[in-house]
Amino acid sequence: METPIIEVKNIGKRYTIDHERGRYIALRDVFASIIRRPFAFMKTRAKRAVGLEKKEEFWALRDVNFSVQKGEVIGIIGRNGAGKSTLLKILSQITPPTEGEITLRGRVGSLLEVGTGFHPELTGRENIFLNGAILGMKRSEIARKFDDIVDFAGVGKFIDTPVKRYSSGMYVRLAFSVAAHMEPDILIVDEVLAVGDAEFQKKCLGKMQEVTRKEGRTILFVSHNMAAVDMLCKKTVWLEHGTVKRIGETKEIVEAYLSDRPSAEMVTTRRSDQIATKKEKGVPHFTDISVAPVGGGPIKSDSQLEIKLGYSSGSDKSIAEPQVSIIIFNEASQQRVLYMNSGISNKNLGDSLPAQGTITCQTGNIDLKAGSYTINVWLTSNNTNHDTIDDAFRFEVTTDMEKFDYKLPPTKDFTDHLIPYAFKNE
Amino acid sequence: MNVPTTIIRPKKLFSMRDITELWAYKELIYFFTWKDLKVRYKQTFVGVLWAIVQPFMAMVVFSVFFGGLAKIPSDGVPYPIFVYTGLLFWQLFSDSLSEVSGSLIGNQSIITKVYFPRLIIPISTVVTKFVDFFISAIILAGMMVYYHITPSLQSIIVIPVLLIITAACAEGLGLFLAAINVKYRDVRYVLPYFIQLLIFLTPVIYPASIAGKWSKLLALNPMSGVINNARAALLGTAQVNWLQLGISVAGCVVLLLIGIYVFKKVERYFADVV
Repeated sequence: METPIIEVKNIGKRYTIDHERGRYIALRDVFASIIRRPFAFMKTRAKRAVGLEKKEEFWALRDVNFSVQKGEVIGIIGRNGAGKSTLLKILSQITPPTEGEITLRGRVGSLLEVGTGFHPELTGRENIFLNGAILGMKRSEIARKFDDIVDFAGVGKFIDTPVKRYSSGMYVRLAFSVAAHMEPDILIVDEVLAVGDAEFQKKCLGKMQEVTRKEGRTILFVSHNMAAVDMLCKKTVWLEHGTVKRIGETKEIVEAYLSDRPSAEMVTTRRSDQIATKKEKGVPHFTDISVAPVGGGPIKSDSQLEIKLGYSSGSDKSIAEPQVSIIIFNEASQQRVLYMNSGISNKNLGDSLPAQGTITCQTGNIDLKAGSYTINVWLTSNNTNHDTIDDAFRFEVTTDMEKFDYKLPPTKDFTDHLIPYAFKNE
Repeated sequence: MNVPTTIIRPKKLFSMRDITELWAYKELIYFFTWKDLKVRYKQTFVGVLWAIVQPFMAMVVFSVFFGGLAKIPSDGVPYPIFVYTGLLFWQLFSDSLSEVSGSLIGNQSIITKVYFPRLIIPISTVVTKFVDFFISAIILAGMMVYYHITPSLQSIIVIPVLLIITAACAEGLGLFLAAINVKYRDVRYVLPYFIQLLIFLTPVIYPASIAGKWSKLLALNPMSGVINNARAALLGTAQVNWLQLGISVAGCVVLLLIGIYVFKKVERYFADVV
């Protein structure tokens, strides 16, 4: 077997909660605490120095091992918080690992975002050069590919117009086009394909497939979009809780991933340190979530849902001006399909909520086609967001097609909703 | 076949790779400088002239109040050209300092998305300020013709050295402040005020000679040596003071080393905290 082009060995990344919580320390506060309580300040400092008091820490990644052969396209999947983006940041050298070693044999290009460094005042032409340089291209290389980049983006006429006058579609097309013309041996791509219109996304996927086949480029592709992973990648790495859960053929892994349910108890799907922090600080948070169809049984396309959210204010106080949002995503495509927000509803939660309790949201017919869906929930009070849980709950919808007078649409991802309709010639 | 190999490990504070990498990415310095200039001159109404207008207006105001009304001595040359020479170097220093100190925070959207040696940004910031310096130096040349002042031959060697010292001081102190800025987010509100005050600790609007017994203390400020010697070489106010130049060189080296050390320390976890 050849030497692999990418070798990831025992990679681990540790964060201290201290860093996370104290993102914005003010020097003013540090001075104030020294003056007000000099002894307490010295004590914690001393304890820390001797190692008596440890900072809280957690491992975002631990013992991650895999290797990639030249020309392979590898998908990296996992739920939010599984460590995908941390791994990506380490591979792109944006943040160093705490332990372990990665060897990359070849020129590396990473694409965590399209249009990094784009400046609205500069023209399309100027931004192509600037962005290209930031992505690691040489000036001569950009000049050589300039016409191809403009052609691919289809912004020919506007190339000397400042990009602030571009439509968002044009902007994204230009940005992606620069990135698509990088020629590294190893390309690391984040969810960047989730931008732009569907047609352009297809064009980009096509371009990526073309280069891998023709030039034997190695691609690491991180995505939520199972359809895209399925289409592009032969092998897939499935991350969970900071470690590799499975590696293998994409088909198998994606199937296993989609049928792996997060436990019904939502508290276990989030980091327990987050809840502890919220409790300690007295910040309102969710404690429990359940989703069930009205009248019981399986959830069908014409079911009505009852979503129950247990919450606690984190103290004895009530929650002022509460607002709860619920967003439902199609799990495979990661498209938002439903959005409910108590703040824009006439049937809302009123001016305040007791310190503890359960909020219920009852929907009308969901009209969703068969498939898996995930729910994100948000809790806001006084216009401040206090708690967000991504993928808080996952549910399966089944469809009785007999209830509708038509067959399923020709393409699977044609629509998320199924509603009754009838055509007539009048 | 020669394949460039990258090895990613827990980061050490210093390694030879830092220097070779900086060299490999030198084109990016050019691009960042080019972008800064382009954007700034597109946004301001007067464009390139802005680089001249700023020190020129300051020179006029200082000449009227300090030279004209307060009658501050100016080492035997007309006060306007005396103060303008000082301002030219001072502005290179203070503008570089304030922008370098904001460079990590100001570019976080790029820093958290793409890898390149982080030092590229503060370096190109200073390069940009050099462009401004040379544009506003045109006025000085004009004033020298007007006042019939011929710079000494020593200037050819002394002035480039002074420019390097100025850049190194601003870079060093700026990197230190940039790192502090990352950790303590309230610092940036105080900084402009602090930088404004620094002008009084440097003989920009007054000659070092009026400091009397404090002049020894004043000489410890590396920018003091720069401005005094710039005047000596360009305007012939005195002989070039080599001892003071030596102090400035030592000062800028110390500042630069501290700056790079602190910057490197913060650089390791910067992407995790913003």
